[in-house]
Amino acid sequence: MIRDITIGQYYPAESRIHRLDPRVKIVCTLLYLISLFTFQSIIGYALATLFLVSCVKIAKVPFKYIMRGLKPIIILLMITVVFNLFLTPGGQELVHIGFLRVTERGLTTAVYMAIRMIYLIMGSSLMTLTTTPNALTDGIESLLKPLNKIHVPVHDIAMIMSIALRFIPILLEETDKIMKAQTARGADMESGNLIQRAKAMVPILVPLFVSAFRRANDLAMAMESRCYQGGEGRTKMKPLIYQGRDYRAYAITVLYVAAAFVAGRYIPFKLWIF
Amino acid sequence: MSLKLEHINYIYSEGTAYQKQALKDISLEIPQGQFIGVIGHTGSGKSTLIQHLNGILKATSGTIYFNGENIYAEGYSMKNLRSQVGLVFQYPEHQLFEVTVLDDVCFGPKNQGLSPEECRARALEALKMVGLKEKYYDRSPFDLSGGQKRRAAIAGVLAMRPKVLVLDEPTAGLDPRGRDEILDQIAYLHKKGDMTVILVSHSMEDIAKYVERIIVMNHGQVMFDDEPRKVFAHYRELEKVGLAAPQVTYIMHELRERGLEVPVDTTTVEEAAGQIVKALKKEKSQ
Amino acid sequence: MIKTEDLVFEYEKRDDDGNVIGKSRAIDEVNLDIAPGQFIAILGHNGSGKSTLAKHMNALLVPTGGTMWVNGMDTREEERVWDIRQSAGMVFQNPDNQIIGTVVEEDVGFGPENLGVPTEEIWKRVEESLKAVGMLEYRHHSPNKLSGGQKQRVAIAGVVAMRPRCIVLDEPTAMLDPNGRKEVLRCVQELQKRDNVTVILITHYMEEVIDADRVFVMDHGHVVMQGTPREVFSQVETLKYYRLDVPQVTLLADELRKQGVDLPEGILRKEELVEALCH
Repeated sequence: MIRDITIGQYYPAESRIHRLDPRVKIVCTLLYLISLFTFQSIIGYALATLFLVSCVKIAKVPFKYIMRGLKPIIILLMITVVFNLFLTPGGQELVHIGFLRVTERGLTTAVYMAIRMIYLIMGSSLMTLTTTPNALTDGIESLLKPLNKIHVPVHDIAMIMSIALRFIPILLEETDKIMKAQTARGADMESGNLIQRAKAMVPILVPLFVSAFRRANDLAMAMESRCYQGGEGRTKMKPLIYQGRDYRAYAITVLYVAAAFVAGRYIPFKLWIF
Repeated sequence: MSLKLEHINYIYSEGTAYQKQALKDISLEIPQGQFIGVIGHTGSGKSTLIQHLNGILKATSGTIYFNGENIYAEGYSMKNLRSQVGLVFQYPEHQLFEVTVLDDVCFGPKNQGLSPEECRARALEALKMVGLKEKYYDRSPFDLSGGQKRRAAIAGVLAMRPKVLVLDEPTAGLDPRGRDEILDQIAYLHKKGDMTVILVSHSMEDIAKYVERIIVMNHGQVMFDDEPRKVFAHYRELEKVGLAAPQVTYIMHELRERGLEVPVDTTTVEEAAGQIVKALKKEKSQ
Repeated sequence: MIKTEDLVFEYEKRDDDGNVIGKSRAIDEVNLDIAPGQFIAILGHNGSGKSTLAKHMNALLVPTGGTMWVNGMDTREEERVWDIRQSAGMVFQNPDNQIIGTVVEEDVGFGPENLGVPTEEIWKRVEESLKAVGMLEYRHHSPNKLSGGQKQRVAIAGVVAMRPRCIVLDEPTAMLDPNGRKEVLRCVQELQKRDNVTVILITHYMEEVIDADRVFVMDHGHVVMQGTPREVFSQVETLKYYRLDVPQVTLLADELRKQGVDLPEGILRKEELVEALCH
């Protein structure tokens, strides 16, 4: 289960998407996510699908990886679908069983919501899978630079994020190890009521925190010994400089957004009720 | 009380891109009371193997019998198995969590459902077994030194009174004396009780000094399973898979090549010294 | 390269309420003088003060008494601290806890970035350093997927990229398997020979120090033994008293001598022993 989390997991490959400037990927992902909420028609979603699928293809990331990011939100997704399906009034009634009723509006909203959520996760997974966490934080740092003027420590925040991303897999593995070790001593984490289960977490959480603190300490020392002294006076190994391909990517994304917006709103094409 | 593994296979993350067969058709018999060493390079499957012995990992196929009972049978108590087969992980001190050392050692017996008095009695017994001084019992486990922490953690498993004690590199990171002390203590425990001890180690010298049987793992399979002198006789094959024989074995081989009449299946310093002295005397008298 | 004069490091012992109940000396009047380009080993059991000493060489700790000079700079001069850390790089025990980057090459570039080295120069240094430790082909890999020995080599490359004159390694092999240990040791020795950097290796694996130019043994914050590996290892009993041991060959030779075999003192390699027995 622990291995399934894809957020923050880089998938190494040589592709045009991988090579893009991280700022482009962040901005374009945001634009894409916003675009999903600007229309309510099948044409819009067809364009959104086309755009996403082409990006995944160009990125050479196996679909399996992107789908894996959906696992953690499956429950949330189902709840959203069920609520929208049964609780949205309006339009013709399609199904009626007991007190449950599905209306036309309910069905369309549920389907649109599901697609939006799935594409949202897939879109952001694609971004994290094709961008190294360091490039990602560099991108965020550079995009947020204007905030420096109002004394937001942008560099430090970016550094914290990149370290967190590096240590997530290490700490997950560690949790796994601690759980096994305590199970070997007869710890039972699966049965009992809520309070008993919460109590059963103590033998796992305490060692995990102790270890995290130890690691933090070591890391701080290692960074100091390598002359880290904050963002000032630092040069960059991979400075962010826009290339031709980055401008082209911006252009393509903006074109997509515009097309999806116009087509999704003003072309009156309908497939049944969608 | 014996452990028997029949045709154990274990496949990691089956059905995903990371799929990997960690154990291939392992069959072993471990009678009660043996002192066994398990060696193999990192990734050879030795850690995976020992985690099967107490049911923490479940084999993809194959059967394990403990005391004649199939541990995968329905209704078999894994909790009971885990108190009978104590498993000490690498860096066990990283699992300490209680306020005092004594409380921490009580954790195992408490999970077995014993009364507080009985838990305490067992914890005290276990702490004595690992040779931790009484003044440390009420201290925080986090205040102990590296070697002491390791002892406290091993006591935490011993307090369940296991019949089989499995240790995954119990001496990693300790200094030479700390290492010898822990190993001597384990050997002493083995001699005193009738516990089976299974020791995973990277140090061929340590393994040769203590165990009576060596299981060599390679690519998820058992490569050799025999007494130390016979296993180390295959030192060339061991080298091919990233292992080696103890240094003395190499010395004896070289001495033999240079014409000194010494046996080559020697694995410990004491034995080697005796044999060399004997051979030198013989050479002189001729 | 590194020189100390009556170096003392004291820390306060506190009781459970945080009151000072006394002082303890982790380092007690240590005098060292290490010439540039040497391969130095510092031995000692856990808690002997050897790691505390190492942290002084990198100005991560400053002495509470006496003086420490690194490359002629007094570590107590705060304005020199970054120069000191640049000229004496440090590699730590836990390979996971010292790699900052999420891609090998980015981690190696971390030090030069902090020093303000121009971008092109950083790339050059990263490539050179990775080549020097034999990890160039892994430059695009995630450190999490590497073996322990490989991670430590990346950490060493990260230090090498800062162009230090001295590398201090604080038990770099304690968490590795035998193959990882050999890998790291070979890498360090090659660096020392090729670039003539001073190497200070702190360890408790005796096999790793037989090629050192000089060995120091620490106990309770003191330097209790020093000399060439041969001189130090000829004193088997003394080493055992300090919670250390000797390589198995030396032990065997010592045992044979005790049983009346005529052998020279301080045998370190199996070839020497075989030669001495079969001459």
